[in-house]
Amino acid sequence: MSCGAFAFKDALVAEIARRGLQDEALVVATGCNGFCERGPILLVHPDGVFYQRLSSADVPLLVEEHLVKGRPVPRLMYVPPEGGLPVPKMADIEFFKHQRLIVLRNRGRIDPEKIEEYIAYDGYEGASKALGRMTPEEIVAEVSEAGLRGRGGAGFPTGRKWDLCRREPGSPKYLICNGDEGDPGAFMDRSVLEADPHAVLEGMIIGAKAIGAARGFIYIRDEYPLAVSRIGIALGQAREMGLLGRDILGTGFDFDLEIVRGAGAFVSGEETALIASIEGQRAYPRQRPPYPAQSGLWGRPTVINNVETWANVPSIIRRGAAWFSSLGTETSKGTKIFSLVGKINNTGLVEVPMGIRLRDIVYAVGGGIPQGRDFKAVQIGGPSGGCIPKALLDLPIDYESLTQAGAMMGSGGMIVMDEDTCMVDIALYFLRFTQEESCGKCSPCRIGTRQMAEILARITAGEGSLEDLEKLEALAATVKRGSLCGLGQTAPNPVLSTLRYFRDEYLAHIVDRVCPAGVCKSLIRFTIDPEKCVGCLLCLKACPVKAISGERKKVHVIDQDACIRCGACLVACPAKVRAVIKHTGGKAGASREGATAPKDA
Amino acid sequence: MNKSDRAGVARRGHAAPSLKTSSLSPERAAARIVVRKYGGQTRAVIQILQDLQERLRWLAPEALEAVALELKMPPAHVYSVATFYKSFSLAPRGRHICTVCMGTACHVRGGATVLEHFERKLGLRAGETSRDREVTLERVNCLGACALAPLAVIDGQYHGQMSEAKADKVLEPILRAGGPAPDAGSGPEDGEAP
Repeated sequence: MSCGAFAFKDALVAEIARRGLQDEALVVATGCNGFCERGPILLVHPDGVFYQRLSSADVPLLVEEHLVKGRPVPRLMYVPPEGGLPVPKMADIEFFKHQRLIVLRNRGRIDPEKIEEYIAYDGYEGASKALGRMTPEEIVAEVSEAGLRGRGGAGFPTGRKWDLCRREPGSPKYLICNGDEGDPGAFMDRSVLEADPHAVLEGMIIGAKAIGAARGFIYIRDEYPLAVSRIGIALGQAREMGLLGRDILGTGFDFDLEIVRGAGAFVSGEETALIASIEGQRAYPRQRPPYPAQSGLWGRPTVINNVETWANVPSIIRRGAAWFSSLGTETSKGTKIFSLVGKINNTGLVEVPMGIRLRDIVYAVGGGIPQGRDFKAVQIGGPSGGCIPKALLDLPIDYESLTQAGAMMGSGGMIVMDEDTCMVDIALYFLRFTQEESCGKCSPCRIGTRQMAEILARITAGEGSLEDLEKLEALAATVKRGSLCGLGQTAPNPVLSTLRYFRDEYLAHIVDRVCPAGVCKSLIRFTIDPEKCVGCLLCLKACPVKAISGERKKVHVIDQDACIRCGACLVACPAKVRAVIKHTGGKAGASREGATAPKDA
Repeated sequence: MNKSDRAGVARRGHAAPSLKTSSLSPERAAARIVVRKYGGQTRAVIQILQDLQERLRWLAPEALEAVALELKMPPAHVYSVATFYKSFSLAPRGRHICTVCMGTACHVRGGATVLEHFERKLGLRAGETSRDREVTLERVNCLGACALAPLAVIDGQYHGQMSEAKADKVLEPILRAGGPAPDAGSGPEDGEAP
């Protein structure tokens, strides 16, 4: 969508109309297909041919060749990153082969703004079954037996949460959908809300019947305007069809939903903070227990689940607990959506069965690391999570094994890192994030994260000492123990997990004053090899601070005092010249040239 | 609080507030329209401030006070909410908004360097607005478009795989339209005519 899909769609519709093909070809604008990096994407049915990275300029050729003459266009097809022939069919592309779609089953298939298309693919069948033929106890039992656990972070069993709330005497009861997807690097909730909004609505209708709620709220972060608009359209259509409001489907059951937009506070993803935000307060978390299931919105029993959790519910009710629990591992059932981003070839959203090995996600689905670089780690679980190193690539992905490895399922963001990523810098990045987002209620979190960030900044500047590592560990323990909510309790995880698996990188920064990955600016410098420089002026022009001097055909020199170590010269220097050298520290010879050029070029 | 404000509060005690907004300050008129949209519910204060910011571009003290009056809520509460959440801007924002994403995916692909380049090019630090109120530079934690990393958004247009050279290109129209003068060190090359 962000890469110009709307313009492409308009051009395609116009071209089809111009050719008089509107009765033979129908253009369906679907939600995210998952293979985000390849957008805009076009899938031509019934042949299932997959076109990618399209632009409006490709439209006439595409229509002429494929639609009129029936000859698919290889030039616009997907070519695997390792090279080879174009792959015409989507089902044959590695990225899609290993996926198992439950939550994302409608992606790339239906127009999310049309309820009829959702219904055509068994939509609202689960709701009609739950409302018409099941008691609340039966619904809760089905979800419990399915083994569904919260997809937003801690993985609490959904059925148990519903049961707690159902048994509470208080009334009215409320439902909340947590769409405040704040973890940087995770965007599956946005995609579900945008690509299949009715799945979330249907899940909530079923949940409402299970706990006896008449009202619910969908809380969506403000940075997702398209999700807000699509959910709004879906709500209107569902009301019109009698799927929301009074006497739903003639069963006598009343339930309605309302959208609440977040306002850019990471902490409001925490359930008690989110409840405060819906009430029009600052998003401060509060002590638990009482849990929201006992005392939530306006002090009433409230069930709060994340977007992906709700979107799992319709399929569980429709196809049954046994079917759902046949997927996954002993403790983690079903599938999980991961956003596979960072230093990976196939960037995008992937839905895979729980228990899949990390190696399969990175190499089979993700297609490995670009430019032949070495895999270093995957960061899972956002600011609450941790980094999983290469040695644990065969780890099965489920709630327990991730926690044991020092990471966390979180919302499912997977950021792949290669040898050019500095783990100390990553720890600093996350600590700066949590420090900025700490609401300030608990001093250990407010002050502790700041102290930790300052120590890390010192280490990345090459001014750290060995005692700093002990201080970091002591502070981490205090912050974890002394914080009320998940934000503070998990904030030290990025530091602890990198200290656990990448202590040598910390030591390199502290003892040798070297950043092995060549990231930390105080510990790197750039020079120009006078033997190789051809005097082409390119680096000189690229330098944003004019730190490079020289003339055409004469060797250029970088003024080390003026240089801001941005690396623009390294990028600008032609691959066949490679005169700019990046030094990763004080040690002689500790340098690597051409960090942007492929290794195997 | 001036006289007409008091009259407004008193009137609403009996009947719905007048929809005639011509005699009100622009902030008060906008606040009244938005508050009505949410049925005057105090719990909607966050949504009300969002809608108001959309209309007024930023939340001036007058706007916050107008919301407090319309909702019959202590101004302190409106301020507490407006200062807590990041999407509210209590300082003027520019006509053009440049946002650089600082999500993790953007970070590992060089987002920090991109932000620094924007700062140099625009002569602004993240969070600042140029003195002529033409351009605001903002950073955001994650826009959820990680496949496009590193990402910058200029006036609602997403620009992925951002680099220094690409940034120069997308910022050119803004800078040419008489935006903030870049500081001497980072100006475009002399004689770089198209």
